[in-house]
Amino acid sequence: MINRFEDVIIQTICRLLVPPIQLFALYVIAHGHYSPGGGFQGGCILAASFILLVIAYDLKEASKRMSEKINIMYCCIGVIIYSGIGLLCVILGSNYLDYGILNSIIPVEPAAARSLGILGVEIGVGIAVMAVMVSIFINIASGGEHGESEELE
Amino acid sequence: MKFIAFVVVLITGALLIYATVDMPDWGDPNSPANTHVSPRYLEESLEKTATPNVVTAVLADYRGYDTLGETTVIFTAGVVCILLLRRSRK
Repeated sequence: MINRFEDVIIQTICRLLVPPIQLFALYVIAHGHYSPGGGFQGGCILAASFILLVIAYDLKEASKRMSEKINIMYCCIGVIIYSGIGLLCVILGSNYLDYGILNSIIPVEPAAARSLGILGVEIGVGIAVMAVMVSIFINIASGGEHGESEELE
Repeated sequence: MKFIAFVVVLITGALLIYATVDMPDWGDPNSPANTHVSPRYLEESLEKTATPNVVTAVLADYRGYDTLGETTVIFTAGVVCILLLRRSRK
């Protein structure tokens, strides 16, 4: 279990660092079309910002920002976004994950619809990777107790 | 026993080295990997998917199933981690 360790320098620096890290993560996810990056990498950076928060403060403080329940929900939502976009293509009358058909609901060219489909899929991957990384880290760091044992001691 | 294991390792290594001789040269433009679908990806991906990054186009569009599988693997890893490690005190 990560215990709270009061240190003004560490906590202030981490508070200043977390927003730029998250912004950079969103940039990596959204800019995957033009530069190296994408859902997996951006999701990992997003998870790193949250893990930094857990390390600098403690689990209880970080759980106020994102509780365990919401974290597990994000795991599922990410995969559902991905497979949902694939299923949407089937409903619209094409093959699974064939994003070109999305232009029948979005008024753009088929090529641009493919680009948007890729973006949606990357967002789903990013959310899933972020939530899973945070979940694995918290489970291992706290021995699966999520800071609940503190109240008993 | 150790000697037999060493001989087995030597033979396996020799076989592997012998097999690599038949592989196409590094970066050979006429190798099967570079003549099958790669040229099509490089030439048509920008026009067909409006995505300048070929890697992203291949990852999320041409190989969408593969990436869906990868995401499911990560999701499964997270769920299994919760199932194995999570101990509720309630």
